[in-house]
Amino acid sequence: MTYQSTVHLLEEDSATLKRNEGMPLDLDWVEAVQANKSAIERRAASFPARRSIKKNFQAAWLIKSVECMDLTTLSGDDTANRVRRLCAKAKQPIRADIIEALGLENRNITTGAVCVYHEMIETAVHALEGTNIPVAAVSTGFPAGLTPHILKLKEIEMSVAAGAKEIDIVISRRHVLEGNWQALYKEMQEFRQACGDAHVKAILATGELGTLRNVARASLICMMAGADFIKTSTGKESVNATLPVSLTMVRAIRDYGARTGFAVGYKPAGGISKAKDSLTYLTLMKEELGRNWLEPELFRFGASSLLGDIERQLEHHITGRYSAANRHPIG
Amino acid sequence: MNIEEILNTMDYGTAPEDTSPALKWLDAREWTIKPFINGEFVDHDAPVYFDTINPATGERLAQIQTATESDVDNAVKAARKAQGPWAKLTGHERAKYLYAIARLIQKHSRLFAVLESLDNGKPIRESRDIDVPLVARHFYHHAGWAQLMERELPGMEPVGVVGQVIPWNFPLLMLAWKIAPALAMGNTVVLKPAELTSITANLFAQICQEAGLPKGVVNLVTGDGSIGAALTEHDGIDKVAFTGSTEVGRLIRARTAGSGKKLTLELGGKSPFIVFDDADLDSAVEGIVDAIWFNQGQVCCAGSRLLVQEPIAQKFIDKLRLRIKNLRVGDPLDKSTDIGAIIDGNQLNTIKSLVQRGLDEGAELIQPDGDLPSEGYFYPPTLLANVDTASHVAQEEIFGPVLVSMTFRTPSEAVQLANNTRYGLAASVWTENINLAMDIAPKVKAGVVWVNCTNHLDAAAGFGGMRESGFGREGGREGLFEYVKPTFLKGLKPIVTSAASTPNDDIITSDVDRTAKLYIGGKQSRPDSGYARAIYNPKGKLIGHVGEGNRKDIRNAVEAATAAKSWANSTGHLRAQILYYIGENLSTRADEFADRLQQVSGSSAKAAANEVSSAISRWFTYAAWADKYDGNVHSVPIRGVALAMKEANGVMGLVCPDEAPLLAFTSMVAPAIAMGNSVVTVPSTQNPLSVTDLYQVFETSDLPSGVVNIVTGDRYSLAKTLAEHAGVDAIWYHGDKPGSKMVEEASAHNIKRTWCNDGMAIDWFDENQGASDEFLRQATQVKNVWVPYGE
Repeated sequence: MTYQSTVHLLEEDSATLKRNEGMPLDLDWVEAVQANKSAIERRAASFPARRSIKKNFQAAWLIKSVECMDLTTLSGDDTANRVRRLCAKAKQPIRADIIEALGLENRNITTGAVCVYHEMIETAVHALEGTNIPVAAVSTGFPAGLTPHILKLKEIEMSVAAGAKEIDIVISRRHVLEGNWQALYKEMQEFRQACGDAHVKAILATGELGTLRNVARASLICMMAGADFIKTSTGKESVNATLPVSLTMVRAIRDYGARTGFAVGYKPAGGISKAKDSLTYLTLMKEELGRNWLEPELFRFGASSLLGDIERQLEHHITGRYSAANRHPIG
Repeated sequence: MNIEEILNTMDYGTAPEDTSPALKWLDAREWTIKPFINGEFVDHDAPVYFDTINPATGERLAQIQTATESDVDNAVKAARKAQGPWAKLTGHERAKYLYAIARLIQKHSRLFAVLESLDNGKPIRESRDIDVPLVARHFYHHAGWAQLMERELPGMEPVGVVGQVIPWNFPLLMLAWKIAPALAMGNTVVLKPAELTSITANLFAQICQEAGLPKGVVNLVTGDGSIGAALTEHDGIDKVAFTGSTEVGRLIRARTAGSGKKLTLELGGKSPFIVFDDADLDSAVEGIVDAIWFNQGQVCCAGSRLLVQEPIAQKFIDKLRLRIKNLRVGDPLDKSTDIGAIIDGNQLNTIKSLVQRGLDEGAELIQPDGDLPSEGYFYPPTLLANVDTASHVAQEEIFGPVLVSMTFRTPSEAVQLANNTRYGLAASVWTENINLAMDIAPKVKAGVVWVNCTNHLDAAAGFGGMRESGFGREGGREGLFEYVKPTFLKGLKPIVTSAASTPNDDIITSDVDRTAKLYIGGKQSRPDSGYARAIYNPKGKLIGHVGEGNRKDIRNAVEAATAAKSWANSTGHLRAQILYYIGENLSTRADEFADRLQQVSGSSAKAAANEVSSAISRWFTYAAWADKYDGNVHSVPIRGVALAMKEANGVMGLVCPDEAPLLAFTSMVAPAIAMGNSVVTVPSTQNPLSVTDLYQVFETSDLPSGVVNIVTGDRYSLAKTLAEHAGVDAIWYHGDKPGSKMVEEASAHNIKRTWCNDGMAIDWFDENQGASDEFLRQATQVKNVWVPYGE
């Protein structure tokens, strides 16, 4: 069962993959989780060294990074116009002449989603009308997640009502730190329920969980409770997405898939700003989870400045000259 | 593929390393690799060449000019000439040269890496990220030891000229492991690279020139095994250091026997990779990748025997089955290649036939799908699951990317399976339970144990084996001692074998007849032969009888010693107490022992009393050491520790000289048992009575039975039986030169660690000689346990 179901998840046509329905909380499994930090770091460090992606392949992989990107603005000074500008960039993330030179005019390249606070959903939905780009909203008292639970559920409902197709919730870190797995499971279940048809991404705020073992445990619990995606960080913690944390979470996704047959997505967020880093993350996904996890349905970057670097690299790919930031429209 | 298509497949594509600088370098050398002797590349009038092949294509890469025997001769002479001045340089001067070499290796790092991958077939990722950085690290680290030698190794001097023979699996790295410590300690070297991989050694020679290294300090002789034999058997060298197969190691041991050459052997392995049910399984899977699918599995310390605990066995094998699919086999010069080419067609055929044998014996074959490159020598990563211990592939080193797996039930069964091999090089232990990890590590017979990691190598930590994986360490403080010797050795004179006295009719009688039997397993037992040996004093008077021990008595004694192995696990404090107690009990009978010494050796009363008091002091010396001969924590570049633990050899054979019969016996037995060994001792043939008198001392000193066993009789034949015994882990021999040769030769079959006096007499009364640090070093072996940590 284990091997076959994993192979199915990793190698069969992604169209056959089912949305995660969750499973009863299995505390034995959670308690048995191991995560050896040194060994995980060693493996994580090997991805950029073991795989090298050059020339046309690199260009294609960078385009893939764009298509898997949740183009994000989550600032206190966000305004409607700022969000509209971001949406415009999401619709046309790469300069048209570059797209043309790459031979991708017919592909309609956009980012995977636009990610904003609740207050900006309507603006974003409006700005993205006529596209397939979903609006994702951070929710549940983002980023600290310390507003009353009832308000969190309400916030989700309002965001969904406002047109958000994806909800990025934050978990209560204290449930992890206190070992209150039951509470975490219940919280996540209720978030999922409140989301309805909207997909829910569970932000673990891994930088605040203390250990990789906790990261692995929290990942499992959120998946058991029905998360569609698990996501590293809010981007507001002092440590955000890292490769060791990613490897830990992705391995949890693989184990969960092997056990349940459900494919859960992964979203590293915060701190990924270089084109080369995005290639490393895609490599990690391909190596650990396979081709199916190189699509926006199962993989997203949460990023704000990554796109600019990718554009510069793509221009360099075409012209052989290094580009500069001012040559690409900002989002 | 256009970009649109790539976006569908999301393949990696190819990322070939540019080989043109390396090819240009070879072209500038007219595609010819020559011997390097006395600072010059040698040109023969009638050169003989053989080809070196790029294993990834099967095509000729360059030609090697084979060295001749006279080249070997010239190289040894050049090294000899250079050695004195090289050793006379200050440590700082030598450090500067080694530092310069380290820097030059870094400067030419990519050239080294590309040449290595072209020549050997290993992935460029490995040569670039592992081999070459470790090479530079080795020279940096040993530059430091050169600088510190005088202060840190007082009383030691260089061995002299060293002959070194290295294998093809890590051509440059093995060269560094050999040359760096040798040079640091003031030796000069003649090294033979493997015939299949001589190219990077040539670039290294160029670097030696660039570094201004004095001529003759490093010499390279190219060629096949016959040149290796000419080198290792050359009279002009003082030491042989060999890394390669156990088969050749055995041959070298036998052929250098009696030559007085110091020897280190780093040989094969079948190292266990133990996964407990509480391990981080995904990390352990990656550990397997690093263990057996590194360098195509052509690694002496490869974790090639997977032992997995039953509750997680199926799950773990499933994970491996999945992981194996993602390994990319192909062009070594492609940066995304995980597994490159096997070194040559012979090796490939060996791997294929061993795998076939495994399948014939019932193993389940797990390999990834997909085609191998059509040219060159490639073999896919392979798991042979459900292999039995009796299966050929579970016992034999495959030296390819082939893992065999079996299951275990309990920690003790894991240890039992792990040690069920003739080898003892390395082991990897995976568990999140520190109690379990630190319990298993000392129990596994291996020179290196990696806890939750594998194939970590570093210049600061010793590497080397036990059992048929060889002896000696490379790297770390412990590795330095392979390249130095005590300064007092050069002042020693050959042992004068006193002719056996001619018996006459005189008899010294005692009141009541005392019959010395053998001492085996804590009991005085009659010799199997049923014969007694008459013992005469120097004047020919009969002074008593001892048992005439034979092969079977040795066998029984080894069994008793083996049964007493728990002695090694007793605390140093307990061993100290017992050794003190032996000294105390000897002291109460000092007069009696002095009388006996006078009687047997005809020495003066004063000399006899002096020998007894020296013996008592020596028991105290090693009682003192029993809880003080500490290991080290090495500074290796990980977040973690490498614990250099000093472990007992196990069962040791001790063959004692005729001179100073009581003191020499004490000087050998006391350090051996203080360090936790159990011993089988053969006392002086001529003067055994002082030793047989000790039975009662041992019996009254709480010494556990079997820790010391004594078999009297014909020393030569008893020593031979001991040296040949596969259950004896190490043997010390003090006696005449032919005896040393015999012991070294006879020990070759199980690569027993030997320490022989080569016919030279040491002064047992001189603390610097008779109780030198060498006794403790020879009584122990260093095991490096790597423990990365972090939560």
